[in-house]
Amino acid sequence: MLKWLEKNLPKIVMAPAVGLIGWFVYGFVLWTLYISFTNSKILPKYELWGFGQYEKLWASRKWLIAVDNLLIFTALFLIFCVVIGIILAIFLDQKIRAEGLLRTIYLYPMALSFIVTGTAWKWILNPTLGIQKMFRDWGFENFTFDWLVDREMAIYTIVIAGVWQSAGFVMALFLAGLRSVEDEIVKAAKIDGASLFTVYWKILLPMMRPVFFTSFVILVHISIKSYDLIVALTQGGPGISTTMPALYMTQTAFHKSQVGLSAASAMMMFMAVAAVIIPYLYSELRRENAR
Amino acid sequence: MQDSLKSSSYQQLEQKSKYTNMFLRWFLYFILILFASYFIFPLYVMVVTSLKTMEEIRQGTLLSWPSGLNLESWAVAWGGRGYGAGDTFLRPYFWNSIKMVVPAVFFSTFIGAMTGYVLTKWRFKGDQWVFLFLLFGCFIPFQAILLPMARTLGVLGVSNSVVGLVLVHTVYGIPFTTLFFRNYYVSVPTELVKAARIDGAGFFKIFFKILLPISAPIIVVTVIWQFTQIWNDFLFGSTFSFGEAAPIQVALNNMVLSSTSVKEYNVDMASAIIAGIPTLIVYVLAGKYFIRGLTSGAVKG
Repeated sequence: MLKWLEKNLPKIVMAPAVGLIGWFVYGFVLWTLYISFTNSKILPKYELWGFGQYEKLWASRKWLIAVDNLLIFTALFLIFCVVIGIILAIFLDQKIRAEGLLRTIYLYPMALSFIVTGTAWKWILNPTLGIQKMFRDWGFENFTFDWLVDREMAIYTIVIAGVWQSAGFVMALFLAGLRSVEDEIVKAAKIDGASLFTVYWKILLPMMRPVFFTSFVILVHISIKSYDLIVALTQGGPGISTTMPALYMTQTAFHKSQVGLSAASAMMMFMAVAAVIIPYLYSELRRENAR
Repeated sequence: MQDSLKSSSYQQLEQKSKYTNMFLRWFLYFILILFASYFIFPLYVMVVTSLKTMEEIRQGTLLSWPSGLNLESWAVAWGGRGYGAGDTFLRPYFWNSIKMVVPAVFFSTFIGAMTGYVLTKWRFKGDQWVFLFLLFGCFIPFQAILLPMARTLGVLGVSNSVVGLVLVHTVYGIPFTTLFFRNYYVSVPTELVKAARIDGAGFFKIFFKILLPISAPIIVVTVIWQFTQIWNDFLFGSTFSFGEAAPIQVALNNMVLSSTSVKEYNVDMASAIIAGIPTLIVYVLAGKYFIRGLTSGAVKG
């Protein structure tokens, strides 16, 4: 008995973690999947109901707005974060004075919650108190910046705050990538007469392909899960114009008590994440095995 | 190596004519400082607004300097006004968050250290798959587990309590902590462990005598990561708790959204800073470890 215990001790130590994750991650996802095929309202029902919830979901105007917003947000969020992140990383890589301080400033939003920063952004973007008022007080009487309360434009305020929060993170990823490149490569290119611009554009950035890939995966992941930022900034408003899937899911589940429908929306989110993550994990694993 | 790369690109800059060089430098600093002000702007606005009186807020602009160190809104945000109903303030919720964060960080870090240790130093058949099995937990959108989690917490009798949130954060922290420790212990030479085993050291002795003493950096990275994640969490907090059991982020959101009386923006801003200050302090003091967690938690995953 003692021998057996000793021999299997590593597995016994592993068991709680595997059990917890098995139950709370895999088991729960399967439960949600099952419920998405039932006609559950306030309480879960267990008779299968087919794809009814998914049909209802994709016929819902609110969900379609949420998906639309997600696509707009993801595209802009990706582009701005990556462009700003790369520019900052390359510029910081030029033997800059006070690099440490600047890096600290670019990255500190990552240490704060979206609720905290959302509170600040809501105040700044508020037309009667924030930037608009500031410019008007300065004498630009016709200056208008009221995106936060404009149905058409409110989603872009979420982009502004989202990019602000995450661009520094992309900077950190690229800076680490650039610093890990062998010095010889740059030297060789220099001897061949390449300009600094060429070195970055033709040599270093193409070498950063894995970093691009990583940033892409992480940013898409962040954007699909966006929830706090919207709650803090617009709560999905004005009207329902800034609803996103994560907000739709919780509202449907906990305010409207449509458990089946919200499970269906959660599964759509799950599949969207899986579509991005599984190829990524696969390629990472292949790289690790190739080593 | 870092310095040599920097100096080489710098030399290249130097090779150009002096004027172009100077112009480029100025341009560089201009852009960097421009972005720095974009990043610092909201924090600046938060701090100065929290120090103003409501009268100053109405008359001044976003950027205008407060007339003095007016700490009253901070006192109100932290401890309230001292009258009964409707007087919401952050102090009790701040302690809720502390009571939630400390055990959750401890348990998830401990479990992660153990699993990382087994996965690298006591390898068994299929351990790669077990790692992948755990790793996938880093990526699931939590919406896919909210509904069953809410019911489970109810069944366990810990819904709307700090204990429930400790459980939730511990469980969903395990994939990340495992990832951190596993990637760290992979680079520790297995020969050390083998030698100790030949000398008759057992599973726990090897962990406590050999691995734990060299684990300080990764423990710091993991604790900071978990602390930041759990302190800043809103989704779980707002879904699984309300009223008196809520953590600080939920309380802050409720405070800012409440429309019961005249909006006091200075109090809102002071509250936001109070809710953000613990993670901000950790970031400023241990930025290196914070960034390491951020990049390895994300890159490697």
